[in-house]
Amino acid sequence: MNRINKKLSEDKKLLSIYFTAGYPNIDDTVSIIQDLEKNGVDMIEIGLPFSDPLADGPTIQASSTQALKNGMTTEVLFDQLKEIRKSVNIPLIIMGYFNPMFQYGVEAFCKKCQEIGIDGLIIPDLPVDVYHEQYQAIFEQYRLRNIFLITPQTSDERIRYIDSISNGFIYMVSSASTTGSQTGFGDEQTNYFKRIADMKLINPQIIGFGISDNETFTQATQYAKGAIIGSAFVKHVTQEGSKSIDSFVKTILN
Amino acid sequence: MNYNVNDKGYYGEFGGAYIPEMLYPNVEELRQNYLKVMTEPDFKAEFDKLLKDYVGRPSPLYFAKRLSEKYNTKIYLKREDLNHTGAHKINNTIGQILMAKRLGKTRIIAETGAGQHGVATATVCALMGLECIVYMGEIDIARQAPNVARMKMLGATVVPAKSGSRTLKDATNEAIRDWISNPVNTHYIIGSAIGPHPYPDMVTRFQAVISEEIKWQLKEQEGRENPDYVVACIGGGSNAAGTYYHYLHEKDVNIIAVEAAGHGVDSGESAATSILGKEGIIHGCKTLLMQTKDGQITEPYSISAGLDYPGVGPMHAHLCKSGRAEFMAMTDDQAMKAGLDLCKLEGIIPAIESSHALAIFEEKTFKPTDVVVVSLSGRGDKDLQNYIEYFNI
Repeated sequence: MNRINKKLSEDKKLLSIYFTAGYPNIDDTVSIIQDLEKNGVDMIEIGLPFSDPLADGPTIQASSTQALKNGMTTEVLFDQLKEIRKSVNIPLIIMGYFNPMFQYGVEAFCKKCQEIGIDGLIIPDLPVDVYHEQYQAIFEQYRLRNIFLITPQTSDERIRYIDSISNGFIYMVSSASTTGSQTGFGDEQTNYFKRIADMKLINPQIIGFGISDNETFTQATQYAKGAIIGSAFVKHVTQEGSKSIDSFVKTILN
Repeated sequence: MNYNVNDKGYYGEFGGAYIPEMLYPNVEELRQNYLKVMTEPDFKAEFDKLLKDYVGRPSPLYFAKRLSEKYNTKIYLKREDLNHTGAHKINNTIGQILMAKRLGKTRIIAETGAGQHGVATATVCALMGLECIVYMGEIDIARQAPNVARMKMLGATVVPAKSGSRTLKDATNEAIRDWISNPVNTHYIIGSAIGPHPYPDMVTRFQAVISEEIKWQLKEQEGRENPDYVVACIGGGSNAAGTYYHYLHEKDVNIIAVEAAGHGVDSGESAATSILGKEGIIHGCKTLLMQTKDGQITEPYSISAGLDYPGVGPMHAHLCKSGRAEFMAMTDDQAMKAGLDLCKLEGIIPAIESSHALAIFEEKTFKPTDVVVVSLSGRGDKDLQNYIEYFNI
């Protein structure tokens, strides 16, 4: 069973953390992953940095720019991760924009992911229909889960369609925004969370964008299987360095 | 071969809509409605009337006698520089503001490089009384102060793009991020023939008035609708798309696309995407773009801010790959010289973008009987500082 599906079947609310690979230092990638697992994080999104991250706010943009300056590339990331499965057991997802994967070759990229032990991909700018027509067979061949986003503006019909193509979880974007720009959830968000929960989708949902602390994590997981923290973690690493991951995770889970 | 967009939004292998799900409802709403709206008689009538009374169309097709004598061929200039606001950009912004109103949008966003598209957008927003926010790279704001002032006088808010290289590419990113955050009330007026489908096609159709006019104007002057060549400069490629549109399937018309070579195609400071670019995804479409081998988008360079873009519209990528268009690349120096030549020979100060198209006559020889139509996409007022510094005037 794919590690993502297995994790989703556990009877608990999941905490998933996003970080930008190669940030703050080029060689931090592996130790950040190990520390996150050690401190009880359930799933990790490894951000493959891109020069033009359209869906990201200033925090992740800045970390991506720095990571690229540090010398991070697709090759370097794969090389850093080649022995990751000797020490890490939780699901690992690569999150990145489509162009770097397209240049690497989608099939070669997927093959490499399987060799390393990556469980899934999140590619915000690869639309569902293009994936379905051109790449789904490749992803399935290499047993990768492709995770799709939905937003408060996504129609019920389209959510059902995305649910039918997904095998893993659905990434619920909490509000119309880029990453890292929300502070707290209001009625609008909780109504949306309820609406989706009531749809009884096949795939569990994990909420991202706007989760930054224990309060928002608790709010989100009241309606969904888990929550994803990205910008708040990147900010923490920026301020405290990559050695203080335990304190960050504790503030979320306690 | 078909050179227009197909029903899936592709020109050959280029185009499509590679957008985050957050943009899907906006882009889909536009995709479902744009052709229907554009063909409504009311819409067409309003568009045509504004182009005539407000923009000042038709723009003249001017036979450049002295320039023609110099190069021993027949050169016509399509005078988009005489449009209100000084360039072809307004054809598209008039069309898109009417589209935005039909779709019930109340807030307009745009990106701009040199500021020409920003000014054209601010202008139509003032005309229609809609809120206008223009994203512009911090570096461009510093070097294009008069256009920033124009936008402000027209009531627009100019927001500096502080990310990445702080130029047009980043202004576009910021505009897209704004649209993600304002999905219901906002329309994004993209200024070039780029972006996710249906933008390249919609922008091309609004700019197609250029070649529609060339056809009857040339018929009046030369007794034939089809020239031997149509020539236009290409950044993203909106004036080129409009100049070519009605000739795409006319086999006897040769198409020439002129890119900015900057300091030279191999200098590392260039914007010649067709030579230096590779297939990839930028700003929502698959096209040719300048990038590292790792797929990171790189910074182009040209003295002309309007051609300083690392990609090219998907229609042009297809015209290039299929061989339908001949692509040429002119350096800063070649363009500046051609610009000054036009001043002296014809009494017209061209935009530096348009000067790139004029520069080909030093490189390529035409027959004395050839009719060559060049899109003079904009006027040079905005470039005075550049001309002054370059020529020590």
